[in-house]
Amino acid sequence: MSIALQGAKPAREIREVTAWDRLKVNKNWLGAWFMLPAAAFLILFLAYPLGLGVWLSFTDARLGREGVFVGLENYDFLRDDPVFWLSVFNTILYTTVASIIKFAIGLYLALLLNENMPFKAIIRAVVLIPFIVPTVLSAIAFWWLFDPQFSIISWSLKKMGLITQNIDFLGDVWNARWSVIFANIWRGVPFVAITLLAGLQTVSPSLYEAATIDGASPWQRFRFITYPLLTPIIAVVMTFSVLFTFTDFQLIWVMTRGGPVNATHLMATFSYQRAIMSGYLGEGAAIATAMIPFLLAAIMVSWFGLQRRKWQQGADND
Amino acid sequence: MASVAIRDVRKAFGTTAVIHGVDISILDGEFVVLVGPSGCGKSTLLRMIAGLENITGGEIAIGDRVVNNVPPKERDIAMVFQNYALYPHMTVADNMAFSMKLRKAPKEEIDARVKRAAEILGLNVLLERYPRQLSGGQRQRVAMGRAIVRDPQVFLFDEPLSNLDAKLRVQMRTEIKELHQRLKTTTVYVTHDQIEAMTMADKIVVMHDGIVEQIGAPLELYDKPANVFVAGFIGSPAMNFLKGKLSVNGTGTFVGPQGVRLPVVNPPAGANGTEVIYGIRPEHFTLAEDGSGEGAEAEIIVIEPTGSETQVFANLGGEEVVAVFRERHQFKPGEKIRLRPDPQYVHLFDATTGKRLNA
Repeated sequence: MSIALQGAKPAREIREVTAWDRLKVNKNWLGAWFMLPAAAFLILFLAYPLGLGVWLSFTDARLGREGVFVGLENYDFLRDDPVFWLSVFNTILYTTVASIIKFAIGLYLALLLNENMPFKAIIRAVVLIPFIVPTVLSAIAFWWLFDPQFSIISWSLKKMGLITQNIDFLGDVWNARWSVIFANIWRGVPFVAITLLAGLQTVSPSLYEAATIDGASPWQRFRFITYPLLTPIIAVVMTFSVLFTFTDFQLIWVMTRGGPVNATHLMATFSYQRAIMSGYLGEGAAIATAMIPFLLAAIMVSWFGLQRRKWQQGADND
Repeated sequence: MASVAIRDVRKAFGTTAVIHGVDISILDGEFVVLVGPSGCGKSTLLRMIAGLENITGGEIAIGDRVVNNVPPKERDIAMVFQNYALYPHMTVADNMAFSMKLRKAPKEEIDARVKRAAEILGLNVLLERYPRQLSGGQRQRVAMGRAIVRDPQVFLFDEPLSNLDAKLRVQMRTEIKELHQRLKTTTVYVTHDQIEAMTMADKIVVMHDGIVEQIGAPLELYDKPANVFVAGFIGSPAMNFLKGKLSVNGTGTFVGPQGVRLPVVNPPAGANGTEVIYGIRPEHFTLAEDGSGEGAEAEIIVIEPTGSETQVFANLGGEEVVAVFRERHQFKPGEKIRLRPDPQYVHLFDATTGKRLNA
């Protein structure tokens, strides 16, 4: 015993535990350090531009000229600007109509793709194409489809003898609105369809079999099994879809630049036009900032929609 | 309640035939177990009875009605799935009531039936819970409750105990059997576990590669397996098989590998010299005295005591055999013992067809 002890190091000096000692073994302290790079990234590239945008909206900054604080002047000005209110109306119309139709078509497609059919994998891949094509490219394609002179739609309808004159898709106020909404739906459906399909595939087939034996018709199986089990995913998908649609810029900018007579100006395109094209940075920033309450509202809706339902709670031991 | 008749039923998925003409008649109130290794077609057959799979050939009748083209909901059957298939977004009560709600049954009737089923299965306190909040055994019970509420002509069980742990499985086995004794509903039960089949069934149907190998009462199958497959499938540990020739000279003798000679009583007539498979269950080996000349010498490979009995794996004429003893012998690996089969319990099978030879 004593021989073994001789080789041992002398015992360390015993001292009081300091706050620093406690901090060194504190997991939260360590965790904070791990989060630092991500937090720095977010602050630099998200929070700072957002903050700057909001700040700009309270100034009279122009392109190339530092602004001074003007309070709510920009917002006051916008309140009396009919074009601003038109863009709000357009954005809400665009978002509402496109989102509802995207949801309907997307859900229908997802249900269809979830069935057993030949060439299932290929068809699923094809459905994704509108989503893969760069937005600008598809916008240009739609621009051509809707061209007043060379539109293939007008041409086909004329050949079929349904119309005698070309349709002015992008020159007429309501035609233009429906046309851009159509383009947005075309582009947005794959996202909804594929995500809902992923959700559908998590539903165990034996649930449908059980419901079939219980006497449920196809509609009742959808109504009582598929739909309730899909609601959490629907909430996520539709939140994203609404956010994407509400903030859409590319499609509109390429197809109409907000025209004719501002009929297709969304808040995003209008903000860009004011801030960059016209150089009124402060005003443009105010328009962009005005989108925030709408987006927050959309997020709130999904937040409540997303809350774990009672049946999802409890032990997950299956 | 109703009888079920399965007549020359066939099933093919595309060009692949999986069931090649199956005939089973199930009496009213009978508990029939379809048992067989995976891929034998037992679940497919059950799903055809349920109406979840089309019938390629032959016919299935429930009661007097041929149901080949009757949709599942009109067949008046209830099914319990392996994964229970409980609707996760419905409470236990709603799960059980779902079929009746779809039928637009009056609320009082639904409540009464759900209450009765819950009482039978001891689910009363769980009625407001969701499936997620239940244990495996409780979910299993809810799945059965859902079947009971419907008061169907036939219960179909598709491997209902496979997802439970060993102890719970034994307990639920008893519960299902009790339930059947109480409700007396015709039941078709699919399992791959021969012990479940043996313990629960009135009648066992052994299936293999899409055909029926044998139908009979559990002990009938155990005592008189119709062929090598059934003999090897029913019973645990499995029956021992030795290949060899029969030598009939007054009494019979089996001449096995490496000249092992084992006794045979009542050999089939004119069987001298035929190639046979000699089957003997592990518990029908007894220990013979050294030098007594009885039985055959075997070298112990492994000893597995289970407490109530001891399983001894030994090399007999180059083949591994297992013997089960209820006595506690002090064996060691490598030790030589003499194993004597009880000739009364010897099974002889044709070496080429695998069919049973002795009565």
